Amino acid sequence: MQHTASLVTKVFIQRDYSEGTVCRFQTKFPTELDNRIERALLEQTVKTLNSYYVEAEKVGGQSYLEGCLACATAYIVFLCMETRYEKVLKKISGYIQEQNEKIYAPRGLLLTDPIERGMRLEISVFEDRGSSGSSPSSSMSSCGTAR
Amino acid sequence: MHLGESMRDCEYSQISTRSSTPMETPYKKRTPKKKKWESFPGRNKFYCDGRIMMAKQTGVFYLTLILILVTCGLFFTFECRNTLRWGGVFSEELYKLNSAFLLLLCRCSFFIICFYFTSCPFLAQQLTPIIPVLGGALFLFVLGTLLRTSFSDPGVLPRATPDEAADLERQIDVANGTTGYRPPPRTKEVVINGQTVKLKYCFTCKIFRPPRASHCSLCDNCVERFDHHCPWVGNCVGRRNYRFFYMFILSLSFLTIFIFAFVITHIILMGLSGFHTYLISSNQTTNEDIKGSWSSKRGKDNYNPYSSGNIFTNCCVALCGPLPPSLIDRRGFIEADAPQMAPPTNGITMYGATQSQQSHMCDQDQCIQSTKFVLQAAATPLLQQQRSEPVIITSSPENGTSLPALASLTLGGPCTSLPIGQPTPPTSTPSLSCHEAADMLMMHGHTLNHTHPLQEQAALHHYLTPEEVPSPPGMLHCGSPLGHSHTVQASFYNPASQDSLHEDSVRGLVKLSSV
Repeated sequence: MQHTASLVTKVFIQRDYSEGTVCRFQTKFPTELDNRIERALLEQTVKTLNSYYVEAEKVGGQSYLEGCLACATAYIVFLCMETRYEKVLKKISGYIQEQNEKIYAPRGLLLTDPIERGMRLEISVFEDRGSSGSSPSSSMSSCGTAR
Repeated sequence: MHLGESMRDCEYSQISTRSSTPMETPYKKRTPKKKKWESFPGRNKFYCDGRIMMAKQTGVFYLTLILILVTCGLFFTFECRNTLRWGGVFSEELYKLNSAFLLLLCRCSFFIICFYFTSCPFLAQQLTPIIPVLGGALFLFVLGTLLRTSFSDPGVLPRATPDEAADLERQIDVANGTTGYRPPPRTKEVVINGQTVKLKYCFTCKIFRPPRASHCSLCDNCVERFDHHCPWVGNCVGRRNYRFFYMFILSLSFLTIFIFAFVITHIILMGLSGFHTYLISSNQTTNEDIKGSWSSKRGKDNYNPYSSGNIFTNCCVALCGPLPPSLIDRRGFIEADAPQMAPPTNGITMYGATQSQQSHMCDQDQCIQSTKFVLQAAATPLLQQQRSEPVIITSSPENGTSLPALASLTLGGPCTSLPIGQPTPPTSTPSLSCHEAADMLMMHGHTLNHTHPLQEQAALHHYLTPEEVPSPPGMLHCGSPLGHSHTVQASFYNPASQDSLHEDSVRGLVKLSSV
C-alpha cells in the first residue's frame, strides 16, 4: 500500500529564555501533538537537543583555546579547522535524523533542524492517508485545526 | 519508505508544502536554483556569492579603509623603511574572493603595502628593525579585523516563515482566549535569572525577539545581541561580529598610538629642541658632541667628566644653576691713560708669584691703618712738598713708562689706567679705591671708606721698599717678603730717587695708594 502524507500543520516549539540567551527549547507540550506522540518521547528529544546546545555554547577551556588560536592566526585557521560549535551542530543534525527515522516518522511527524529555522524547533505534522487518492494539500495553512 | 524519502528531501531543502505533492517534483529543476541571499528580505548587500554581507550604505566604510591605508602608507614610507619582503598571506586570501570590486580594493592595499615595505626605514636603521615588523603586523591585524567586522553576518535572525507566523498567532489567540482576529500582543514576559525581561514582538520579522536582540532600521533585520549599527564598518555590530569589532577598534588605537609615538619621536629627535634636550641631559656642548669629545667611540674609558651622571641633576644645573655675572663691564668708561694698559699685564705676571704669599697678611684693618697713616702724613710738610710733586707725578703720560710704571706699580695689577693725583671718578673696580685714597690725600683729608680687602694693593705696598717709607704700625710684618721685587722696583724708582722730595712724596702716595 502506498502511503502519501500531506502536511496538516506545523508546530513550533518556542525558545526558553529563562536561562538567558542560550539556545534552549521549552519542554511545554504543544496541544496539537496530543494524539500523535507521547509526551515523554518529545520531552526526551527536546531535553537531548538542549543538552547538545549547552555543549556547543559552553564557555570553557577548549573554547578559549580555540578563540585565542583563531585570533592569533587572524582566523585563517578556520579555513582548515571547524569550530566546536560547528562540530556539535553536525552531531545535532545526525541526532535529529535518527530521531525522525525512529520515532517521528512512524507517527507522521517531522522534526526540522533548528539551524534552518533561525533556532526555532519546527515539527511538521503530516496527515497519514492511505491509497493513491489525491489529498488536498494544505500548503499555506493559515489556521490549521488541531486534531 | 516513501515518507522517509520525502523526509530526507525536506531536511536538506527548504521545507515546503510543495514537496508533499509528487506532481511538482519532476519540475523542480526547471528554473535554476536561487541562493537564499538573492532573495534575502533584509536591506543588505551581498558579494562573492553570498560570502560577504554588508549594509546598504557602505560609503563611510570605504572612507575608513582609505584613511587607514593612507595613514599607514605614509607612516611606512617616511618613518619606517626596510628591506622586508612581504609574505603575501593576504594575497592568497584575496584571490579566493570573486567580487571584482573588493578584489581591486584589496589588490590596491596589497601593492601599497608591498611598495611601502620595500623602501628603507630610517627608524629601522636608527633604532631596530623590529619597528616596521611590529607596525606591519599591527596594520595587518587592523585591516583583518575591519574586514571581518564589515563582511560578516552580525547575527541576523531569519524572519518567520508564514507557517510560523500563523502558529504564533494561533498560540496567542489560544492564550488570549479569543477567536477573532486581533493583532498579536507586543510583549511577552520572561524571567531570566530572577530578572523579568520583556520580549518584544517584531512586526517586520513576525517573531518575538530573543532577549538583547533588536531590529536595525537601516538593515531592516532583527539582530541577535544587537550592539549598534556602525557606519564606519558599514555593518551592524551584533553577536557574531562584536569581538572583531572590538579587536578592530582596540588594534586601531594601538596602531594610532604607535604611529603617533614614532611621528612625535621623529619630530623630537630631529628637532633642535630635542637635540639640545639631549645635550643638556648629558651635560655636553654642541661642539663636544660634534667632535665626539666624550664619545665612547674614542676610547673605552672616555667619559664626560663634567656630567654628574644623573640626567635630572644635569638638567637642573643647566637650567637652574647660578648665573655668573658679566666680566666685560660694558658700561664702564674708558680710561684716558692708554699706556697704562700694557704694564698691568706685566704687573700681574710679576706679582703673581708673591701675591699669594702675602694676601693672607693684608686685610682691611691694615688698609685702614695705612689710610690713617697717609692722612697723618698729609698733614706733614711732606705733603706740602707733595703739592708740587703731583705735577711731576701726573706728568707720567709724558714721561714715559717709568713713572706711570711706578704709579701702576704702586697701584698694583688690577689698578690700572688711573694716575695718582688725578681726581678719579668712582668706579666699580675695587682696586681703584687706592686711587680714591690718593685723591683724598690730594683733597686734604677726606675720609676714606674702605670696604675692600684690597689684597693686591697691600701686596704691592709691600713691594715698595718699606724701609724707605715710614710704615704704619702693623704693617711692618707685611714688608718682609720683598726680596726679588726690589730689583724690579728699583728700576721704577730711578727717576724718583733723583729728587728726595720726589721720593718722599712718592713714598707717601705709595703708602696711600697701597691702602
